[in-house]
Amino acid sequence: MNYYNEMFEGSQVREPYARLSEWVETMPADFRQMKQAEAEALFRRIGITFAVYGEGGDPDRLIPFDMMPRVFEQAEWRKLERGIKQRARALNAFLRDVYGRAEIVRAGRIPARLVYQNEAYEKAVVGIVPPRGVYSHIIGIDLVRTAKDQFFVLEDNCRTPSGVSYMLENREIMMRMFPGLFRANRIEPVDQYPDLLRRTLESVAPAKCHDRPTCVVLTPGHFNSAYYEHSFLANLMGVELVEGADLFVDGEFVYMRTTQGPRRVDVIYRRIDDPFLDPLCFRPDSMLGVPGLMDVYRSGGVSICSAPGAGVADDKAIYTFVPEMVRFYLGEEPLLQNVQTWTLWKDDDYRYVMENLADLVVKEVHGSGGYGMLVGPKSTKDEIEAFRAKIEANPGNYIAQPTLALSTCPTFVEEGLAPRHVDLRPYCLCGDRIELVPGGLTRVALREGSLVVNSSQGGGVKDTWVLSE
Amino acid sequence: MKLRIVHQTVYRYDRPVRNMVQSLRLTPSIFEGQRTHDWLIEVSGGVRGPGFRDGAGDWIEGWTVRGPTAEVAVTVTGRIETRDTAGVLRGHRELIHPLAYGRDTAATKADAALKDLAASVAGASDSLDLAHRLSSAVSDAIAYVPGETGFHTTAAEALEQGKGVCQDHAHALIALARLRDLPARYVSGYLQASAAAEAHEAAHAWAEIHVDRLGWVGFDPANRCCPDERYVRLGSGLDASDAAPIRGIAAGQGIETMDVAVNVEEVERFQAQSQGQTQS
Repeated sequence: MNYYNEMFEGSQVREPYARLSEWVETMPADFRQMKQAEAEALFRRIGITFAVYGEGGDPDRLIPFDMMPRVFEQAEWRKLERGIKQRARALNAFLRDVYGRAEIVRAGRIPARLVYQNEAYEKAVVGIVPPRGVYSHIIGIDLVRTAKDQFFVLEDNCRTPSGVSYMLENREIMMRMFPGLFRANRIEPVDQYPDLLRRTLESVAPAKCHDRPTCVVLTPGHFNSAYYEHSFLANLMGVELVEGADLFVDGEFVYMRTTQGPRRVDVIYRRIDDPFLDPLCFRPDSMLGVPGLMDVYRSGGVSICSAPGAGVADDKAIYTFVPEMVRFYLGEEPLLQNVQTWTLWKDDDYRYVMENLADLVVKEVHGSGGYGMLVGPKSTKDEIEAFRAKIEANPGNYIAQPTLALSTCPTFVEEGLAPRHVDLRPYCLCGDRIELVPGGLTRVALREGSLVVNSSQGGGVKDTWVLSE
Repeated sequence: MKLRIVHQTVYRYDRPVRNMVQSLRLTPSIFEGQRTHDWLIEVSGGVRGPGFRDGAGDWIEGWTVRGPTAEVAVTVTGRIETRDTAGVLRGHRELIHPLAYGRDTAATKADAALKDLAASVAGASDSLDLAHRLSSAVSDAIAYVPGETGFHTTAAEALEQGKGVCQDHAHALIALARLRDLPARYVSGYLQASAAAEAHEAAHAWAEIHVDRLGWVGFDPANRCCPDERYVRLGSGLDASDAAPIRGIAAGQGIETMDVAVNVEEVERFQAQSQGQTQS
């Protein structure tokens, strides 16, 4: 397979990488090793070792940081940005719709079963319209590139996408270690993200809030693999980090216990999954949530970001309909393409996939983290047959996609610089405005030839640059 | 039928508790079969919180009791006029799509025996007929025997025992209906029981099944009938826990005991207005 190399066209260095190329070529090997060790020490000291995207694995394991940045030029980024924002608008329109009149279902554009029988569909919030009609306030859209102008969306994350702290820390550490690079290149900043996030949260405060809204970050606690990110974001936003036990419902509102007495909370950026939010509405055995929270939310006393039920927009079965959402709600053609997807509960798709398993990637509908998937071209005959049996047992649980020729980015390995496959997760903020900081989190598959960028499967991260005009 | 209802639930704790929060689904549904005259919910020592009508059409009311207290009483008094709609929930405003009730919970999850029972029901002419037959199958398979099952008993467990109460009957019927691709849900309410020798308890529960043309229709396998004018409907959910009239939690280490007293009485006519309030 032929892979698009983002830095080199043959032996020619592509324009955005021109200055970096010099930097790499003149860097002595021992200096590089020293810097790599320094970077690792910095990450360790900050304590940022959590697994991205709730992938599991050893929570104390450091995710390898690659010092070679990934670069987009301004024009490339502008195009991506338009596509991402368009998609974010469509996803929120879809959520508004399926918890309201469900026009898209009535119009027959999406099967009712896929929406209403989806595990993430919360009947408890049907008819509830959150402030500004926004359900998903932080949308992480995973993108892969296959050619200069060809990007595909791999998946949408509408609940509580994690990893943005890596975007911020990767930049911070690069600037600390290589200040010269940032003088030589004109790179768009990303450090405004926490301010934008706070602004976004404040912009969706409930109508009953009359002062400057009080926002909090609600974490399941320090044993959660992304706890670092929760405290990091709360800290940078200048808001309190709380656990369920720090909040309580009294009358029509939610309050936070403080040393100065109870303080009303208007907006909760929650990093707790829906089933655990409120034992009086969801799982009665949840100890992580706030009893009565959902009644306050549903009567407009507090905002929850993302809104309970937002997950129905981001599962892999719904994913195939996102381009349709763009057309249906926005009347526009999608700027970002989906990866062609075969859904195995359809007979024709099933037949095609079973005949071509060796060429395809097969994933579980509700799976994540690179587990439970088959990468046909990288699998042995036995592995393929074993997977075939799993599909036969429950076809509705799987989707298949072509094996994409993921672009590569030069990455530091033992021998020097070598191409490795990458993806990108930008974080789109939706409140009264839709905002996107220029950049995102680039994940890189460090194993030679590997197409799986998940940190649990040997993935690392890179700083992601967008060059100024 | 004119019914006067007094429903009191008293929670007692061996050690005082604080910050009790409750979510109450204790107000009669609005549909052709019911017209609420007056209705009052009181929680001793409590502050009324948010009240709203949810997507299922249920009136939900949040209450908080700051405490500390060793006893909290939830008292409902009301008067309501009911009419027999042959179990059909006509004129009920709700927004949730019936397919959202196709989902299993732990209480309604089918095992092999439930699947066999569902498959054994044959000869139905349409979905309404099928629903009736499924309800009869549950009545036949699970005898009404109080005290044999508890709040956490699942449909599968009740069927295995062959004994249970209205909650178990409702769970089993929901499981069967879902197995036959009919959306089904749990309904909590009251039953005016004194007149009928067959009737068993006053705080009652049954199931609703969504059938073609009619929409939601109630079935009460515990009493081998569809809800009529003796029934008062409060609210619905995927199972007993989801449809519970009272969901509450308190902070503290106290051990809870609960007493429930329900009185549903038929009256000739309603006397002069009490000072109760009506929710709409």
